[in-house]
Amino acid sequence: MTKILVVDDSNSIRDMVSFTLKSAGFETIEAKDGVEGLSKAKAANYDLVISDINMPNMDGITLCSELRKLPSFKFTPILMLTTESSSEMKMRGKAAGATGWLVKPFNPEKLLETIKRVVR
Amino acid sequence: MSVDLSQFIPTFLEESFEGLELMESSLLKLDAGDDDSINSIFRAAHSIKGGAGTFGFDNITEFTHLVETLLDEIRDGRRDITAKDKELLLVSVDCMRLLIEAARDDADYDEDKITQTTQLLEQTLDIKSTSSNVEKRLGNSNTGKPKDKIWHITFIPEHHLIQTGNDPLLLFNALADLGNLTLKAKTDLLPAITEMDATELYISWELTLTSDASEEDIREVFEWVEDECKLEIIEVEPTSVSNAIETHDSSDTRIAVATELSNVATALATDKSAIGIQSSEKTDKNKAKSKQDLGSIRVGVDKVDSLINLMGELVITQSMLSELGNDFDISKLEKLKSGLDQLLQNTKELQESVMKIRMLPISFAFNRFPRLVHDLSLKTGKEINLVIRGEQTELDKTVMEQIGDPLVHLVRNAVDHGIESSDIRLANGKPKSGTITLDAYHQGGNIVIEIGDDGAGINREAVLRKAIEKGLVDSGATLTDSQVFDLLFEPGFSTAKEISDISGRGVGMDVVKRNIQSLGGRIQVESEPGKGSKFKVNLPLTLAILDGQLVRVGTEVYIIPLITIVESLQAKEEFINKVSGDMTLYRLRDDNVPVIPIYQLFNLPADTKEVNNSLLVVVEADGQKVGLMVDDLLAQQQVVIKSLKDNYQQVEGISGATILGDGSVAMILDVPGMIEMAMKRAQEKQSEHTLEGALV
Repeated sequence: MTKILVVDDSNSIRDMVSFTLKSAGFETIEAKDGVEGLSKAKAANYDLVISDINMPNMDGITLCSELRKLPSFKFTPILMLTTESSSEMKMRGKAAGATGWLVKPFNPEKLLETIKRVVR
Repeated sequence: MSVDLSQFIPTFLEESFEGLELMESSLLKLDAGDDDSINSIFRAAHSIKGGAGTFGFDNITEFTHLVETLLDEIRDGRRDITAKDKELLLVSVDCMRLLIEAARDDADYDEDKITQTTQLLEQTLDIKSTSSNVEKRLGNSNTGKPKDKIWHITFIPEHHLIQTGNDPLLLFNALADLGNLTLKAKTDLLPAITEMDATELYISWELTLTSDASEEDIREVFEWVEDECKLEIIEVEPTSVSNAIETHDSSDTRIAVATELSNVATALATDKSAIGIQSSEKTDKNKAKSKQDLGSIRVGVDKVDSLINLMGELVITQSMLSELGNDFDISKLEKLKSGLDQLLQNTKELQESVMKIRMLPISFAFNRFPRLVHDLSLKTGKEINLVIRGEQTELDKTVMEQIGDPLVHLVRNAVDHGIESSDIRLANGKPKSGTITLDAYHQGGNIVIEIGDDGAGINREAVLRKAIEKGLVDSGATLTDSQVFDLLFEPGFSTAKEISDISGRGVGMDVVKRNIQSLGGRIQVESEPGKGSKFKVNLPLTLAILDGQLVRVGTEVYIIPLITIVESLQAKEEFINKVSGDMTLYRLRDDNVPVIPIYQLFNLPADTKEVNNSLLVVVEADGQKVGLMVDDLLAQQQVVIKSLKDNYQQVEGISGATILGDGSVAMILDVPGMIEMAMKRAQEKQSEHTLEGALV
């Protein structure tokens, strides 16, 4: 089963993303910030990482570049959740190795639509 | 597939309120250059905005966006935070709270306040009204249905494209969703197999899409890879399609293209159906599963209550076993006792851990005070430091919820009446800024909350004068300090000055006292002229369990809440005074304490009806001491409170019931209610006497 790591400090967004993905048949593991996300990423293999950018302890950009240093995450798609549609944040994400992004607010349909672009 | 978003809204609201509290407390402490605080304030606003947008609260999103923009400018160092900005941000937090509360309650909110603050934020940010943006957005919407167009797309990815997690096949999948897609791969850049790196991509593609999609829609599909590829999107005339492809084709790649094309087409078809099947199969199963593996649970108060009930049963069982053990054969006694000790220990532990579920640190109630004092200090022009101690002291959630308002009132009073203006303070040789201290600590089975100030203290003479004016005391009365201070809690004592902007809502100190008493607590005042005042609130840690003194009257056992008991004594004849209306007074040092024989009040047979030599339990409620006459003092123990109202009906003078170790039911006395009953009866008796006297 496709396994997805969902990293967001907001309980409600994390719940929503995770619920939507599970309802669509994916397996999800949740983390509440970059630090927890990184330690969960090291503990298992994932087919996709979806991470918020603004988080306490470790932000999503740092998490992304840390993940890219891990051999098992070299090709793993990493999507950033961002409220900024500004190109600057997208560029920072890309520079850190992110695959793409999902601009908030998004609904479950948009989320699944986007996921289709990165997982088979 | 549709997901019901409303299920996530309670979580969103809860975390938003937490975010607002964090924003407020951080703003109050914020100094220039404090990057950590400004970052966490920004993050909180950002999360609220994101959640509000996702869950459809557009008004919250729009407003929070302005707040976030201001915070962003401060965070980036584009703006130095001024005191004015800080105030504006605090007001904005209020507005956000207003909007979120309205969303929670599905109610209206003060639109004027939001509009005003929005304008202030826009002025500060120097941007034009958002309403014009809305119009622009509306004007842009396109209602006509576009015709199908033919797009020719050249996609030459850089070699390292797949290392960013992007997969060309999935991009083509997304394109295929837009319309009819045909594609062919160009393999002319493919190196010899010995030079090939498996982590690199050497193929490029030519695609033809027949779709009503715009160039923008197509670019969006390639959005994530546009910097890692050469991309060309050209709209072609229907007739020139074959030509376009022809010119790009070179004869040697033709076969490869055809094969690739069919492969991709199959891959697309199977992939799509696979996704389709997967989602329909697993939806139901996962819906059921999804709630289980959440990392944390939120416990509903009703569940906690039932747990406490269970625990109460266990306490009762333990008491029953203890009694049973005492009647057992002597040889088995040791064994039984050690087992019972174990049970006792277990019960205690269970009790403690269960109670902890409901216990929250009092910081939940205290954390609103920095803002309150900040605002009041601005409003009154008094300089005030707030000192908070014992924030981690734990208290039952229900008690916490109900103690908030009385505490607010006491703090407002301390600012309004306690702390003097800076001029007066300096003239009296005190530090310029006043100090209000909030302190919480455990004492016995209770929590004590102290609200102290280093202000002028209570003016005894002024209080007495006003009480006499209002007819609350006789002009000739001599009262102790504590009796005078207790007058503050009399209904109708509040002055016009108190129902001001500051002390708000016109809620008097009598309501404060009543609220505290309804929680089974009491309030005391200490004050020293020129040095300040201290209000001491004594509360039970929980409303579910009570420390009680068991007393016997005839064959009945009653429970007197330990918190109300001042002392117990044996009545001596020389201190007993009879007054009119059959009321007996007992001289207790400086006080004359009315004696209430419980047997009389509840119409019971008793061992003795004589006050002399009887046992008096002196209790205090509403600042009034009375002596409850009982036949015997039994044990002191914790009892689990059962509501009489829920199980039977409200009874005057009784606050609840409990089940004792022997299985019998004992009533818990409502001390203020009993005093009221007794006083009413005495008055009735007195008027009967007067009437009889008049008739004779």
